[in-house]
Amino acid sequence: MKTLLEVSGVTVSFDGFRAINNLSFQIGSAEMRAVIGPNGAGKTTFMDIVTGKTKPDEGHILWGDKSISLIGMSEARIAQAGIGRKFQKPTVFEDQTVQENLLLALRKDRSPLSVLLYRPNRRDLDRVTELAQQIGLPDQLLRAAGELSHGQKQWLEIGMLLAQDPQLLLVDEPAAGMTLAEREKTTTILAQAAKTRAVVVVEHDMEFVRRLDCKVTVLHEGAVLAEGSLDHVTKNQDVIDVYLGR
Amino acid sequence: MERSFIARNPSVLVFLALLAAFTLGVTALSEGFGIGVVSTSFVKTLGKTLCLCLVAVAMDLIWGYAGILSLGHFAFFGLGGYMIGMWLMYERTRQIVMGSLSEGVLPPTPEEIQAAIGNQIFGVVGSSDFPVIWAFADSLFVQLVLVVAVPGILALVFGWLAFRSRVTGVYLSILTQAMTLGLALYLFQNASGLRGNNGLSGLQNLPGVQAPQAVVSIWFLWASALALGLGYLLVAWIVSGKFGSVIRGIRDNEARVRFLGYGVERYKLLIFTVTACIAGIAGALYYPQAGIINPAEVAPIASIYLAVWVAIGGRGKIYGAVIGTAFVSLVSSWFTGGQAPDVSLGFYTIKWVDWWLIVLGFSFVLVTLFAPGGISGLVELMQRRRRKGDAG
Repeated sequence: MKTLLEVSGVTVSFDGFRAINNLSFQIGSAEMRAVIGPNGAGKTTFMDIVTGKTKPDEGHILWGDKSISLIGMSEARIAQAGIGRKFQKPTVFEDQTVQENLLLALRKDRSPLSVLLYRPNRRDLDRVTELAQQIGLPDQLLRAAGELSHGQKQWLEIGMLLAQDPQLLLVDEPAAGMTLAEREKTTTILAQAAKTRAVVVVEHDMEFVRRLDCKVTVLHEGAVLAEGSLDHVTKNQDVIDVYLGR
Repeated sequence: MERSFIARNPSVLVFLALLAAFTLGVTALSEGFGIGVVSTSFVKTLGKTLCLCLVAVAMDLIWGYAGILSLGHFAFFGLGGYMIGMWLMYERTRQIVMGSLSEGVLPPTPEEIQAAIGNQIFGVVGSSDFPVIWAFADSLFVQLVLVVAVPGILALVFGWLAFRSRVTGVYLSILTQAMTLGLALYLFQNASGLRGNNGLSGLQNLPGVQAPQAVVSIWFLWASALALGLGYLLVAWIVSGKFGSVIRGIRDNEARVRFLGYGVERYKLLIFTVTACIAGIAGALYYPQAGIINPAEVAPIASIYLAVWVAIGGRGKIYGAVIGTAFVSLVSSWFTGGQAPDVSLGFYTIKWVDWWLIVLGFSFVLVTLFAPGGISGLVELMQRRRRKGDAG
């Protein structure tokens, strides 16, 4: 499988504390990956680095077929290059409708002038309807996103990610605060997405990770501790010591 | 399928109709063109109020929609006023000077004319030389361009520096306030080339125009109404589509918009610059009606008033900014103009000139605490209640 994202030897320190310590990580172009680890393992910082929010002190991050370096690119440029991110807390634009939220995310020219002149055409609206069906919100298009339930907001945000049509989705704790039925649906949406693109899911919940049924990377103190199937890593003595054994 | 902009925003049409009716009504009642019930000075007050409404509409775009609390838009407003004031003052002085010099035996040389104009304008600051910034004061066209260009370029440079460094929230407000203070302090100096604290005066006299003020005031009322109508239309159009969606997103969650791939800084810069240009135009229409501009007009407090007007009217609705500004500024001028009767409590007499600011400050606090949607928010609340009442 082709490598889509390659992180090698990345180190980040905050006031002397090494949040990420010589981290190396690779993901292929149509792959689902779960990243687990205890609090402070550097999961969120890892996402911050890939999406350009935090600049690493050392290391390389190469992206795509042409192996472009992501270091030094702005968040907006990285997003345009094809990396989408979902935050831990559902962050949708609450006073805008579901349709407006999805249109905002739809893959289009992002420069101010073309956005100013943009008016949605039939094809864009059809795509929005299609996405709304995919995330189970076809009847909610004209509702304000703020009125949705917690689970629906999470899906809307995943829908916005899909609307961006990224090659890599970074998803931070998508199942947090969801009911069992909602989790199942979330798993289906993510598995569907992983058929055509790379999906990295950061998750605390082991049950949810098992449901995803994919390769797992365990982070600890800013570095990779173990990698492999869930059964493989859960048998690893180091992993048991730092994470599962507690 | 896609309905026209006006069809989707019927409130814009209502506003434009009301504005037109207001302008025609005032004209019919004015001394210049009508039955003379409304005095010329009140026509000027109304015209000035329309200009203030225009800058408030710009403020609503940047604060109400994009969430950037700029406390510097009155600086842009003042700059627009100074730019048009330079031409008005230069040209009128030139005509007076020409009139008096032509009485001499020999025709005056260009140097003599220039020296005489300089003496007239800059005598009060002990100078008679033209500062460099007056290089184009003889050209109405250039000064009109500068009305937009000077605030625009200042906003562009300032905004680029501020937004690039990701200065947001209250820090940005403080920075814009500092910019305003800096500009005011600079203008207060005699060496600024804009007559220091004397400012520019006599701006109500249009060079080469013989018409009385009663007529000129109506011209400016119409020009101000036209500018407000166009500004309103422009802002309503900007916020109506996806662009409005993006800037409201920036207001509510800037980081999220960035991760969607939008260059947030460029959007902010564009909005900051466009609103500064609108403020410049509003100022250029305001000061010929006021007759005088001096650095006190640019003082930081003016920009804070602007925020207060928009907050009292209600943010993020455009018409809210107009309501708030018209209401507060007209009531302000009534209270501070000495027309309001003093209230005698026996032991103490409430003089509104002194107490008005306290009332205004208090109502700002009350609005912020109990009616965050402002006056327009209350109106919408009542509409919703009535609709519910009808349904039930």
